[in-house]
Order: sequence, then structure tokens, then C-alpha cells
Amino acid sequence: MRKNPILRTGAAVLLTLGLSACGGIEPWVKPYERDRLADPIMFLDADPVSTSYIQHVYEAREGARGAEGSAGGGCGCN
Amino acid sequence: MKLQRIVYSVLLLIFAINRSAVSGVLPEDRTDILYHQYTGGGVTIDGPSVLVRKQVGKSVSFAANYYVDMVSSASIDVITTASPYTEERTQYSLSMDYLRGNTTMSAGYTSSVESDFDATTYNLSVSQDMFGDLTTLTLSYAFGDDIVGRSDDPAFSRDNTRQHYGMSLTQIMTRNLITSVNFEVITDEGFLNNPYRSVRYADSGSPAGYAYEPELYPHTRTTSAVGLRARYYMPWRAALQGEYRFFGDTWDITSHTAAVTYVHPMGPWTFTGKYRYHDQTGAHFFRDLFSRSEATNFRGRDKELSPLTSHTLRFSASYEFLSRGWNFIEKGSVTASLDHLMVDYHEFRDLTSTAPVGEEPLYSLKANVFQLFFSFWY
Repeated sequence: MRKNPILRTGAAVLLTLGLSACGGIEPWVKPYERDRLADPIMFLDADPVSTSYIQHVYEAREGARGAEGSAGGGCGCN
Repeated sequence: MKLQRIVYSVLLLIFAINRSAVSGVLPEDRTDILYHQYTGGGVTIDGPSVLVRKQVGKSVSFAANYYVDMVSSASIDVITTASPYTEERTQYSLSMDYLRGNTTMSAGYTSSVESDFDATTYNLSVSQDMFGDLTTLTLSYAFGDDIVGRSDDPAFSRDNTRQHYGMSLTQIMTRNLITSVNFEVITDEGFLNNPYRSVRYADSGSPAGYAYEPELYPHTRTTSAVGLRARYYMPWRAALQGEYRFFGDTWDITSHTAAVTYVHPMGPWTFTGKYRYHDQTGAHFFRDLFSRSEATNFRGRDKELSPLTSHTLRFSASYEFLSRGWNFIEKGSVTASLDHLMVDYHEFRDLTSTAPVGEEPLYSLKANVFQLFFSFWY
């Protein structure tokens, strides 16, 4: 299918305007309601060094990788 | 080129919607000193990892990481086709985060050096807080350049390049629930197999009934993974996290990974329990036993490319001290954790047992991963 540059540009502008409009959305969880989310037990990655290490172990022991955060380079696999 | 255009367009969109009045934050200043040890399947890997992160001024934060793997290996691969060995891998990482308004831009460099494998990685990311800081969108890119060698052949040198494209969205859903979705595509090109590993093939002329020849992998691989996480604050002070990842690649490996984590603080202590499940199909060129020499265009017998199922149980305990601060330190903690990993391989066989060729029992692995680390915030 032939790509129409005008349609693509228009779509990009509409998407930009749409997302910009979203900037006006009132946050439904107010800053003063985020005390529980600020508790360290709610951090998605509270210990980045430990997380990076254990992900490296999983990458070495399994055939899958990615979408779990960062992992070290190199191998050390066998 | 198409992917680059998409990344460029999304970057433009991020800056276009930078309208919130609330500023983002840099990562916390902290130092972690970690000792790690992996034991299982005839392999012991241990060493330190030290991370130092410090903010300079109001908008820049630097981080440096030093990491060592000391490997002593007599794994099932090694004892059936080679000799036990020891080696060391040293990795250095440097990174910088720059905060401007709601946007955090990061750049990093990682160098990993072994006697026969050098890896260099450069990474960039941009992160944007939106909608009253309820939403954080992060785009990342990394380029890796590896040199594969052989310890028994100084003239052997092969190149790999890797490119990572990542996008993650973190969303505060309610005052008790935070979620995230991660998408990552990684492409490899170059010498992707282990230069020491062999495949076995049926050979009636051999006393064992089989013989070995070197692995031969495709020279390209593209993997895609999407991960979902949700963390919920319980009615009492505790957190429950569920996560799932779907993975697929051009080698025909698909996998499902799921985990559930429970975090429970008690005074200065924090206890964590986790169960993780992983199940994957095998690579299309994996065989435990090939019918003959050079039976297929590509050949591999890496057990990680076999269909497998793994279960991991984790328990960790963390104790917080210096809660009222001391000198320039705001607080500290010490954490010990143990992961017990159990892997059942569905096609990779244990050749240390005596059985007719191709009927050896399937291999299974049990490993313990121990970590002890001190953390200081300042």
C-alpha cells in the first residue's frame, strides 16, 4: 500500500494534539493521597544492584531476555 | 530506519506534552555493597558488586558500578565435552542522569572483560512524567559491541553487535496500586554461539555410539518481550506484586514467565517471599542428539535453548539501621536473600548416566543464589 505523507503528517498532528489535550486531565490520585505509594515497600525496583544481578542469572539459565529491566553484559554463563 | 523514525516521532510527542507543573525526581543518592554467590550444576560463581550514586547540583546524578564474577565451572556441558575451568569477569559501568522539568535523560557506558569475551555497551534513555506524575513513559536504546575469543587460540576473534530498543510505561492506578508495562526488542548480529560448545550426533563407529562437532548458530537473532507488573498496597502495611512476561524470538523460542511477590515489614525488618515460574519452547536448531554429522544447517546443544521449565523460590530479610541518621548518612540497611532455582530440561539429556544412546535420563538442575548486601542512603 502506498503511504500518503499528508495523511501520515495529519495523523501525527492529531495524535500530538490528542495527547496534549490529555495534559489537562486532572490527576485522579492527588499528591496528598500518595503516602502509601511513597512507602519503600511499594517501589517496583527497591534494590537495583540486586535486581540487575538476579536478572543476569536468569538470562544465563534461560533462553528468554528483556522487558524485566536492565542486566549486565558479558557471559559467565556455563 | 522505520524503527528509528518511530522512536524519533515518539520522542517529539514526549516533548510536545511536557506541560505538567510538577517536576520529576532524580534517583536517590545511595551506595550498595553486595556479595553474590551462585552454586549449582557443578558451577560456582561469586564476587562483589559495588554501586555508588551521587547527585551533583540540582539536576545531575552520577552512578558507577563495579562488578566481578569469579567462575569455577565443572558443569554438565564442561564435564562431558571439555575440562573444568576457572575464569573471572570484571564489569565497570558509568551513567549520568540529567533532570530538566519532568524529563530525565540518561546516558551510560558498560565494559565487561573476560579472558575470552569483551563486551561494551552504550545506552541512552529519556523518561517523561506526565498527567500530574501519575504516568511515566521511558524510551531507551542501547548499542552493544562484543568480541568473542578462545583461550586456546589467540588468533580466534569474532564480533557481535547488539541493539536494544525499549519502551516502558508506569502508571499509578489508585492510591494503592501501581502498574507498569515494558516492551523490549533486542537484535543480535554476529558470532552468537559459544566457541567451545559442541553438539553430539549419532555415530555407530564411535565406542560411545555418538561423537561431537562444534555448534553452529544463525548469525542473527531478534527477540521481543512484553512484561506487565502490578504492585498493590495491602489493607495492612504490606505489598503484593504480580508480574507476567511473554517472550518470542526468531529462533522459535517462546516463553511465559510469571511471578508473585509478597513484602512484609515488621519494625526495622522487611521480609520478602517470591515464587517465579518460567516455561519455554526450544530453539528450532536445538537437538540433544543429531542423526548424523552436519545434519542441519544450524546446530546447537546449549541446554538453555532446550524446552525447559523452571521454578524459583526466594526469601529475603532486610534490617534497617541508623534510622535517625549518622554523620552524612541518612539510613542504612543490610539484606540477605536466597533464591532456590529448579530447572527441568525437557529434551537435554544427562550424559553422565549410562543408558542406551538417546535414552539417557533428562537433565535437571538445582541451584542456590545467595546475596548479602549493605545499602547506605545519604
